[in-house]
Amino acid sequence: MTLKIVVSVKYVPDAAGDRTFADDFTVDRDEADGLLSELDEYAVEQALRIAEAVEDAEVTVVTVGPEDARAALGKALSMGADNAIHVEDDDLHGTDAIGTSLVLAKAIEKTGFDLVVCGMASTDGAMGVLPAMLAERLDVPQVTLLSEVSVHDGAVIGRRDGDAASERLQAALPAIVSVTDQSGEARYPSFKGIMAAKKKPVETLDLDDLGLEGDELGLAGSYTVVEAAAERPARTAGVIVKDEGEGGKQLAEFLAGQKFI
Amino acid sequence: MAEVLVHVDHADGAVRKPTLELLTLARRLGEPVALALGAGARETTAVLAEHGATRVLTHEASEYADYLVVPKVDALRAAVAAVSPAAVLVPSSAEGKEIAARLAIRIGSGIVTDAIDVEAGAEGPIVTQSVFAGSYTTKSRVSLGTPVITVKPNSAPVEPAPAAGTVAELAVGFSDSTRGTRITERIPRRSSGRPELTEAAIVVAGGRGVNGDFTVLEALADALGAAVGASRAAVDADWYPHAQQVGQTGKSVSPQLYIAAGISGAIQHRAGMQTAKTIVAINKDPEAPIFDLADHGVIGDLFEIVPALTAEARARKG
Ligand SMILES: Cc1cc2nc3c(=O)[nH]c(=O)nc-3n(C[C@H](O)[C@H](O)[C@H](O)COP(=O)(O)OP(=O)(O)OC[C@H]3O[C@@H](n4cnc5c(N)ncnc54)[C@H](O)[C@@H]3O)c2cc1C
Ligand SMILES: Nc1ncnc2c1ncn2[C@@H]1O[C@H](COP(=O)(O)O)[C@@H](O)[C@H]1O
Repeated sequence: MTLKIVVSVKYVPDAAGDRTFADDFTVDRDEADGLLSELDEYAVEQALRIAEAVEDAEVTVVTVGPEDARAALGKALSMGADNAIHVEDDDLHGTDAIGTSLVLAKAIEKTGFDLVVCGMASTDGAMGVLPAMLAERLDVPQVTLLSEVSVHDGAVIGRRDGDAASERLQAALPAIVSVTDQSGEARYPSFKGIMAAKKKPVETLDLDDLGLEGDELGLAGSYTVVEAAAERPARTAGVIVKDEGEGGKQLAEFLAGQKFI
Repeated sequence: MAEVLVHVDHADGAVRKPTLELLTLARRLGEPVALALGAGARETTAVLAEHGATRVLTHEASEYADYLVVPKVDALRAAVAAVSPAAVLVPSSAEGKEIAARLAIRIGSGIVTDAIDVEAGAEGPIVTQSVFAGSYTTKSRVSLGTPVITVKPNSAPVEPAPAAGTVAELAVGFSDSTRGTRITERIPRRSSGRPELTEAAIVVAGGRGVNGDFTVLEALADALGAAVGASRAAVDADWYPHAQQVGQTGKSVSPQLYIAAGISGAIQHRAGMQTAKTIVAINKDPEAPIFDLADHGVIGDLFEIVPALTAEARARKG
């Protein structure tokens, strides 16, 4: 039986560029170059490793995002995923996490799954809530923030390193997992992988295809409103001194002046 | 007056500091009602009452320790139904955000995560967030349902505000979905005896420049009563535990003082420390981006500067 793995990936503005807001306080996706969120590369990697460990598996990548987001799917396909789904609709502009989780849940349900693999957080919104929301919506176990993951006999097993303890988790499939950047370095696409990716199927879906109405989604349907966004005032330039043997002492004086010592 | 539900983070009855900060914020919005779950829940009540909880709802069951996240969501759902709060505040830990996320879906409400401030507003709580690695500050509000808000540590002072703290047992029903993800083993983290990284007033952090030996930084941290943090480069090299990593994929800290030694200041590192009140950098490269953030920077060798600073700090403490 084929193990059907869906990887949920996000296309994000490059953190190395200048990220900013558009006039409607949505993330400006025109200003900065976009790419597959680095944290979702770990999700693709773990999905591929799980697929390689079983006899028969299919890895589908899915993204919800504008036209450019196809680039994120392309990267995942060149790493080795089998096929992709791109949910794209003008009415999605401004959709918040609640709405995105609804759209993703519908798309994932439509394609079918034994295992959904997510990243730990997107590198732009960085909420780290979507995997839990998907589990809630799809009513399947949530096995999240894993630094180690594997699938055995219809169950997913993983290690979650929390603040107070490191936990071993176990759940029966179907399930939703998310993996951290401790789970193992992501592979680079090979030349062969890049060439092969061009021929892999990418299905495009809009809200109609998912049986969703535009007015529940987008900026108008959002459950949250951003009322203001201000660039943080640049930190006032500090004092930078070169250590000529007294650097430690001067630093102590600075800290004493601030009442830290 | 409206009631505000506060999810209590505690370890066997010992309430963690971020929860007390949440009570301070909750009092700006209404009367705090605290919800404490799992083993030791009843032991939390005195501290919660001292810090403003007018009511404390408790529920003890083995499910909270045996299954991931969902039992707590079930309990919060039950509490929301019982209290009809004006807002729900949850500490912004990894688990807290997951609990809040599922609750928001379940009650059909909007959610705002990682608040650094919360104020009362005409149309509901106004939430301040720091986004894009700290380069922007936004103000947002939940426009549908009961606002669910997760709040970062160090976002408000802990204030004593004695209140009734009337204790009541909450009735919580679990279903099969509650028991979906079993916690089969738990290995508690060994305590370093130093303050919690996210709660500490002072953090001393080291990076690749520390070159394998964190003892110089630990000595400084102990002289200052600080927590020790590390860059991902230091964690990846196995010089320090991942639990102490500061940055985008580690902890986000907002201390009064952050001392970065041998850390270049990559954007992913800055994402986790940029909101510190005072930043000190020690680096031998004058071009290191961390100096752009520093209130006081020293260009030089950390192995010279840090021990000298430690000695001075100890001497001044007498
Ligand atoms: C998706 C993603 C997530 C990430 N998440 C995080 C994160 O959460 N946290 C994080 O920290 N990083 C994170 N990173 C990594 C980040 O990009 C940097 O690689 C990392 O922060 C570098 O660590 P560093 O500053 O210790 O090392 P380096 O960049 O190598 O800097 C070391 C510094 O030490 C100085 N130095 C060397 N010797 C001495 C000496 N004797 N005295 C004084 N100074 C000295 C050098 O001049 C240099 O500036 C992430 C990266 C990615 C792609
Ligand atoms: N628009 C999106 N399309 C597909 N997957 C997403 C999207 N947004 C978030 N995700 C997934 O959810 C994870 C957590 O995202 P977030 O909750 O936004 O931090 C990411 O690492 C992705 O796996």
